[in-house]
Amino acid sequence: MFDDFFIRALTAGLGLALVTGPLGCFVIWRRLSFFAGTLAHSALLGVTLAFSFDINISFSVLLVSSAIALILLRLQKTTKLPGDALLGLLAHSSLAIGLVVIGFLSYIRFDIMGLLFGDILAVNKKDLLVIWFGGAIILLILKIIWKPLFASTVNYELAEAEGMQPEKVNIIFTILMAAIIAISIKMVGILLITGMLIIPAAMARNLANNPQQMVVLSIIGGILAVLVGLFSSMQFNSASGPSIITAALLLFILSFLKINKLRQLKK
Amino acid sequence: MKENNNTLVKLENTGVQVDKKWLVKGVSFEVQRGKIVTLIGPNGSGKTTTAKLALGIHKNIEGKVHKFTNKIGYVPQKISIDWTLPLRVSDFMILTENLTTNEIDTALDLTGVKHLKNNDLRNLSGGEFQRVLIARAIAKKPDLLVLDEPVQGVDFKGEIALYELIKKISEKLGCGILLISHDLHVVMSATDFVVCLNGHVCCSGTPQAVANDSKYKELFGDRASTILSVYEHDHDHTHSTDGTIETKK
Repeated sequence: MFDDFFIRALTAGLGLALVTGPLGCFVIWRRLSFFAGTLAHSALLGVTLAFSFDINISFSVLLVSSAIALILLRLQKTTKLPGDALLGLLAHSSLAIGLVVIGFLSYIRFDIMGLLFGDILAVNKKDLLVIWFGGAIILLILKIIWKPLFASTVNYELAEAEGMQPEKVNIIFTILMAAIIAISIKMVGILLITGMLIIPAAMARNLANNPQQMVVLSIIGGILAVLVGLFSSMQFNSASGPSIITAALLLFILSFLKINKLRQLKK
Repeated sequence: MKENNNTLVKLENTGVQVDKKWLVKGVSFEVQRGKIVTLIGPNGSGKTTTAKLALGIHKNIEGKVHKFTNKIGYVPQKISIDWTLPLRVSDFMILTENLTTNEIDTALDLTGVKHLKNNDLRNLSGGEFQRVLIARAIAKKPDLLVLDEPVQGVDFKGEIALYELIKKISEKLGCGILLISHDLHVVMSATDFVVCLNGHVCCSGTPQAVANDSKYKELFGDRASTILSVYEHDHDHTHSTDGTIETKK
């Protein structure tokens, strides 16, 4: 019925949605939307370094994104600049360095569009393994650190006072963020991974009234976005990555309408 | 060191500096199981800072803090919760500890806010939120309770009841309490040890000893030291008619 590449794209997309759902909730709760963007930007540097030294792309992106994230955590403590300024500094400088390095790699044919937007239809079996296996590990670690991470998200000092070690779980969470970007860059690209993290979770926030509910709705939203996006991209022959994000946006708008309707009913 | 098994947290000559300004310096005291230690002092005297020192929230400190337990219930003076979080009272109760429904209900009932269990945290009034904070701190049956002005914003009647509750809980659980309070009546009548702060330890000791200390009088004025005598006078003659915290031994 469907071509193999389409089945692989679906499998990859669904795997991604399962992981970005819960992570995205933390991105929203901790006001890290711009942080996710910064990590994604720094991923370009990771990709170019992978080409330069001929190493695995996901591995290289994981290293660079983690390094940038840890530098950020350090800078937040040692400078007086506000968080968003630091994020901007790191995002644009790592993007710039990435582009400069690409310039030196003129001997390699380089598909910048592919890097920025990914190509979920080009996912192969090995990528699927990375996504599902890597995703499972991310989810497992997230489940283990859930309580302290959530507590430190609600209130850092309370978590610190009651022995939840917020600093440690913050670092682990940061590395998990770098990891999801590393394993998904080939599928949705640098620019769209942030959308996958934020939009389904934002939709879920419109509908949920407790944290667990928001996580579940965020996963469902991501899955729906992948399904709708991929099928419509086949139908209308549109770019698949952007179609997924567009579908997520439509879901978000629907959730918004639903809220307004509920409010009116209450009146 | 002479600490016994009952010591929960011990501060040794601790201090913390921010931007080359000392918030507090040279603070030493300890909180023992079953004892209530109170920090008093004017605004900006470092009471909250000292509590945070005891909790290990401040890093890069001078001196030493020995924490002998991690089972701690903390009611902070100020708490800012980001309202991007959908959080009900019942979700907040299990923030740092897994509790049974029964334990949650009991604690909320004790502080008089059981009916708010399924409410969104952000829709509570200041006083209601404060009661939830106290309920959360005691629900986990901590070894050490750190209460930073726990009854702020609570109505007068509730204030007395909550202080009675805190006293009762310390006796029942045998936990130690580090309390910050502006209510000198409560401090002088219901606590075992008072530390009077003003950037450093001005004076410390039993309520009687502190009330008679000249430095205490200097800080709080002459009238403050009469609180204790008035209170003791009441206590001698009229016992429990006023219903305030008279659970003194």
